Amino acid sequence: MQYAPNIRIVEMTCTGNTDHRVLLQAFEEGADGVYVAGCMEGDCHFLKGNIRARKRVNAVKKLLDEIGVGGDRLEMFNLSSAQGGRFAQIANEMTERIKSLGPSPLNKSGAKKKEGDA
Amino acid sequence: MIVAQQKPLQEIADMVSDCKKVLLVGCAGCVTVCLSGGEKETEVMSSALRIKRRLEENPLTTVTFTATRQCDPEYIAEMDEMVKDVDAIISLACGVGVQYVAERYSDKWVVPALNTNFIGGSTVHGIWEEKCGLCGDCVLHKTGGICPIIRCSKSILNGPCGGSQYGKCEISKDTDCAWALIYERMKTLGKLNKLMEIQPPKDWSTSRDGGPRRATREDVIIG
Amino acid sequence: MKYLSKLQQVLETGNFAVTAEIGPPKHASAEGVRHHAHMMKDYVDATNITDCQTAIVRISSIATGVHVMDCGIEPIVQMTCRDRNRIAMQADMLGAYSLGMRNLLCLSGDHQKFGNHPTSKNVYDVDSMQLIYLVKRMRDEKKFFSGEEIKEHEPQFFIGAVANPFADPFEFRVDRLEKKVEAGAQFIQTQCIFDMERFERFMEMVRERGLHERTHILAGVTPLKSWRGAKYMQSNVSGMIVPEEIVQRLKSAEDPKKEGVDLCIEQINYIKDNIKGVHGVHVMAIAWEEIIPEIVQRCGLYPRPKFED
Repeated sequence: MQYAPNIRIVEMTCTGNTDHRVLLQAFEEGADGVYVAGCMEGDCHFLKGNIRARKRVNAVKKLLDEIGVGGDRLEMFNLSSAQGGRFAQIANEMTERIKSLGPSPLNKSGAKKKEGDA
Repeated sequence: MIVAQQKPLQEIADMVSDCKKVLLVGCAGCVTVCLSGGEKETEVMSSALRIKRRLEENPLTTVTFTATRQCDPEYIAEMDEMVKDVDAIISLACGVGVQYVAERYSDKWVVPALNTNFIGGSTVHGIWEEKCGLCGDCVLHKTGGICPIIRCSKSILNGPCGGSQYGKCEISKDTDCAWALIYERMKTLGKLNKLMEIQPPKDWSTSRDGGPRRATREDVIIG
Repeated sequence: MKYLSKLQQVLETGNFAVTAEIGPPKHASAEGVRHHAHMMKDYVDATNITDCQTAIVRISSIATGVHVMDCGIEPIVQMTCRDRNRIAMQADMLGAYSLGMRNLLCLSGDHQKFGNHPTSKNVYDVDSMQLIYLVKRMRDEKKFFSGEEIKEHEPQFFIGAVANPFADPFEFRVDRLEKKVEAGAQFIQTQCIFDMERFERFMEMVRERGLHERTHILAGVTPLKSWRGAKYMQSNVSGMIVPEEIVQRLKSAEDPKKEGVDLCIEQINYIKDNIKGVHGVHVMAIAWEEIIPEIVQRCGLYPRPKFED
């Protein structure tokens, strides 16, 4: 399976465990885009983990719009673990989207992370 | 519990626009339960403020702390060291907490991150409703356990008014008429005759109208 | 027998009373009010002066009352609980009485959410039930709302209240009316009646309890100008019931205004002739005050009774 090499995977036990903080942290630490890949809706082992994850992703998208990063840089996808092709497709799709958006404004010169950010 | 909601981020950002380092203080009491000012919300807010300020090329350093309760001086004292080198403190507590923090650190710029809305509880996860009007003279025994002071939009004690229709209040089809609920409950209890008593004008001096209130329990005062 | 007001005299001498309503303007000229008052002067026994109805700022009911009296009509001063605490209410009552106003209608008032100052604070220090009781006590026991004695010149109002047979819970509406009568309401004006069947059921319950013998009930009617107005009330005004037939009747009418007047006259005649216990009619010609004389005349309610002062 081949997909864009610029993707870094952060494993979670379930997308339902994805905290707003983790998503923001990824951006603060330099990600140009983040997506959450959850199981198909209706197939959650914990019943509603992926539904909840989507709500949280949407809340963080809104927050990213508010603070100037842009909600488009964050997305939620649903696919099953058997769909390798789909996984690669999403990775490429998201990479394309982020490329067209350009680097995260946080990664532009003036906004580079400075020491002291606790 | 006290139910509070976050102010728009821009409003909070504006309050600390001239600060370089701020302390965000959450509260593990009511606002944690109503998901507006607990540890998690404090960290999310601090991250959002940092990102926003980096993009404005005016980076902000943040420190976070969550007090067990901000309405108790002993829990606030735990952050005495932390406040020393910050330019401002953003409190994610209800209005009580903000004031306790401001009182303790009288030389610090202390700002509220929340709007304190009401006291109430949740109906389902994520929805909270107002339940008590804090009038200082409870009438729930006369109204079937439903508060007309705060749940009736006109605080009527001899309702329902002429705007009650299909169980809803005249102000909105999404708002239950408290007096319709009271009527139904009293009917179920077989106590409709109680509603025929004219409730006299309320003594509002036990409410906020009597000036700031104080509650005292002599037997537990130390010293 | 000494009457507190002409309206009381009309009612207590067994006449079928006619009251109307004047809505003060949203500006500082009383010219329009005076014009309407002059026009309806001989056709009504008294007229309500609304108190910032639907929470929209207008000339105050008491100031308007001065103009109306000056034009020769007896005012019924409306007083809502929305805008004044018990101090301001009593101050206004003393003032109104000193100016010669003798009828006071006590009501809750529409929530300010609907008006032109939705960000304002409401008061509701006392509710309409309590207000009725307190005004009565002021008159009969010479006491301020606080219980303090009024040493002299206590205001003696003929006390009115409102009832809405179209609000819910329906079964409790007569109970609440009874409470108002207990509290001291001497006359009752109802919400605009369009659902006659429901009003008849309401009056049946009123008669069963003998309330019509303890208070004077004036049936509220409103001439409609257009089907849109009817539709608006049907779907947007809480506590109103406008049957679909009425909307349709106006919609299919060649001259909707004439149809609205005809309908109103039919309603008044029906109430007058068929519903026992109703002692008068309250015509709320909203923004259509000039139609009052025609309605009163065509219902055979003209001329109005005259009394020696």
